[in-house]
Amino acid sequence: MAVPEPSPGDARSQGMTLQQRRVVWAWAFMSPVLLALLAVALWPLVTTFLASLTNASISGGDGRFVGLGNFLHHGATGWGGVLASHEWWRSVGNTALFTLVTVGAETIIGMLLALVLSSRLRGSRPLRAAVLIPWAIPTVVSSEIWTWMLQQQGGILNVLMLETHLIRQPIDWLSDPSLMLPAVMMVDIWKTTPFMALLILAGLQTIPRDVYEAARIDGVGPLKTFFRVTLPLVWPAVLVAVIFRMLDALRVFDLIYVMTGAVPQTETMAVYIQSHLVGFGEIGYASAASVVMFLIMALLLVGIIWSGRKRLLGESR
Amino acid sequence: MKTKANHAVAICAAMVLGVAFASGRVAHAAGVTVSIACGSEGGTSYDLCVKASNQWAQKAGNQVRFITTPASSSERLALYQQWMAAQADIDVLMTDVFYPGVLEKGLVDLRPYLEDEETELFPAYLKIDMLDGKLLAMPWFAAVGVMYYRKDLLQKYHLEPPQTWAELEKDAESVQTEERAAGNPNFWGYMWQGKAYEGLTCNAVEWLASYGAGSIVALDGKVTVDNPRAVAALTMAKSWVGKISPRGVLSSEEPQTLQVFYAGNALFLRSWPYVWSVAQAPDSPLAGKVGIIPIPKGPGTDGAHAGTIGGWSLAVSKYGKHREAAIDLVKYLTSSEVQRMRFLEGALMPTRMALYEDPSVLAKEPAMKIFYDAILSASPRPSAQTGAKYNRVSSVLYTGLHQMLLGESGPQATVASIAAKLDELSDKGKDW
Repeated sequence: MAVPEPSPGDARSQGMTLQQRRVVWAWAFMSPVLLALLAVALWPLVTTFLASLTNASISGGDGRFVGLGNFLHHGATGWGGVLASHEWWRSVGNTALFTLVTVGAETIIGMLLALVLSSRLRGSRPLRAAVLIPWAIPTVVSSEIWTWMLQQQGGILNVLMLETHLIRQPIDWLSDPSLMLPAVMMVDIWKTTPFMALLILAGLQTIPRDVYEAARIDGVGPLKTFFRVTLPLVWPAVLVAVIFRMLDALRVFDLIYVMTGAVPQTETMAVYIQSHLVGFGEIGYASAASVVMFLIMALLLVGIIWSGRKRLLGESR
Repeated sequence: MKTKANHAVAICAAMVLGVAFASGRVAHAAGVTVSIACGSEGGTSYDLCVKASNQWAQKAGNQVRFITTPASSSERLALYQQWMAAQADIDVLMTDVFYPGVLEKGLVDLRPYLEDEETELFPAYLKIDMLDGKLLAMPWFAAVGVMYYRKDLLQKYHLEPPQTWAELEKDAESVQTEERAAGNPNFWGYMWQGKAYEGLTCNAVEWLASYGAGSIVALDGKVTVDNPRAVAALTMAKSWVGKISPRGVLSSEEPQTLQVFYAGNALFLRSWPYVWSVAQAPDSPLAGKVGIIPIPKGPGTDGAHAGTIGGWSLAVSKYGKHREAAIDLVKYLTSSEVQRMRFLEGALMPTRMALYEDPSVLAKEPAMKIFYDAILSASPRPSAQTGAKYNRVSSVLYTGLHQMLLGESGPQATVASIAAKLDELSDKGKDW
């Protein structure tokens, strides 16, 4: 059947080469997506950036332009602004530690879980669904549940460990300064390991069986097979999963907000920004902190993609 | 002209509103539609608000639209601030004791309409809701920090209810030792709210006021928290942790502390009036075993009973479209008749003094006098003097105190650092 040649409809297109027409049509077809991206991604970014240059606050009318003062300024009391704030850098440190530990643990446990789930054991199918439950529960709900379970008085975790004589004294998970961050990390690992496992599982299933057969015929042991065959082949999938999780972990908010509130021991970048933006109504300052957070995450992401570009892009060609 | 930031806020608020409206219920009648934000769905107070507002709507031939808001008081305030910034069309707002200073610019002065009722209200609430001679909100139901104790256990060990903190500590320690020896290893002397949130501020205001250590920020705006009596009060509170109170109080809000007390594992509990009706309910394991006393006094002649004052009022927003009807609704909801109904059906404490001697109220609750006295001697949080910055002040206070209670700093260093931060926040108390 003859398909009528699409035409943008104006006379000028008649004079275009096929190549030029294709470019025009490509832009025409892409424009709705580009517009949507501009509206939902670029516009909020730009507004946030513009707000970060003002002293706007929720109670005080119009924001006055203050240049980069929200980021750094020298006033009567010394250096001020986000970049000079001890609390901000502490929350950056908390976020970094949180991300490193949770993503690391989730990758290792997720890998083990994926290996178990990918084996042809009986019942592994329903197991795959069951494993997803922690991931499916809304974070606020599971955080609230964990807060009750971790209570020092009557919390189920302490009760169980006391009754089985694992501990002598109940552990005060959420009110011992050295345990607060580990406790929220533990809950995050519990919650997001399934996500990691599922992404890795998808990667595992793309590995052709004959590679394993070849390894078996050559008499390679299971451990060596894992490190020499499975791991290199599944690595791109793991890397993608790690990037997703890392971006998630860097903006962690709900878990920490519910379980401990904004306390120095657990305050992350997002919690810090929320308490300044919503709690104190400092729109300008909080926007500046958001911009810094955005830059930190963007730089990290670029770094990872750059260092992993061979694996991410090269091997797929 | 509005800024970009204001537009962003307006959009946020519009989105929140969309969700909130979707969950609101509508009373059908003719006339105007008044919108009211009176709490979060599921609470007794909200249900009774719906009931009474619908009665009003029927009488007045109007409609009422209910907008649900977050349960947490500070989150609710943040939402209100967004509404105000977006000039959202919402008529009546239920306000916590520290809201009027923050929302001042957006609230209608109710004095011209309600002045004749002022003498019937607790002076403490008028002080809270009255700013620069304007009545920004009408007190609706009262709350005050009070101390609950196990009547049966004090009797068992031949003890009298404590008058001072020192007596409370002594009783808590001895009963805790005895009860643990008698076979309850989980028994603790005293439960209170120590998580880093508004509730810790409420507890701390009581400690300081009961020691005669002032109100953190004086009425003239000067930061007064760094004084020897405050240090003494905080030293006392810090010593409780791990001794008569489990370390778990440092991650506890009201529900968690009540749970321990309700399970029979604590001698004393500091909380709000609602606990009384929970503990006295027929199916409660504590029915008939609980007594109530004011917050204990500090040492010496400066010591005083001082429960932190809480509770809610109703305010009318300047940006609502139906001001006359809104004021009429506030008048009705805060009337003697509705407050009596709310007490009899929901144990919500009235703000009108006369109701504490009302026969039907006394028939339901003979102990009204204790609450009455507690409200009369209550101490407010420093919200009137710090206005729009109260949220910051409270956050500085509870974050600093929480670190101290965790053991990260000493009482003297803590008050010094809190004072320094408050001074910085207010240009040494001159600019709140």
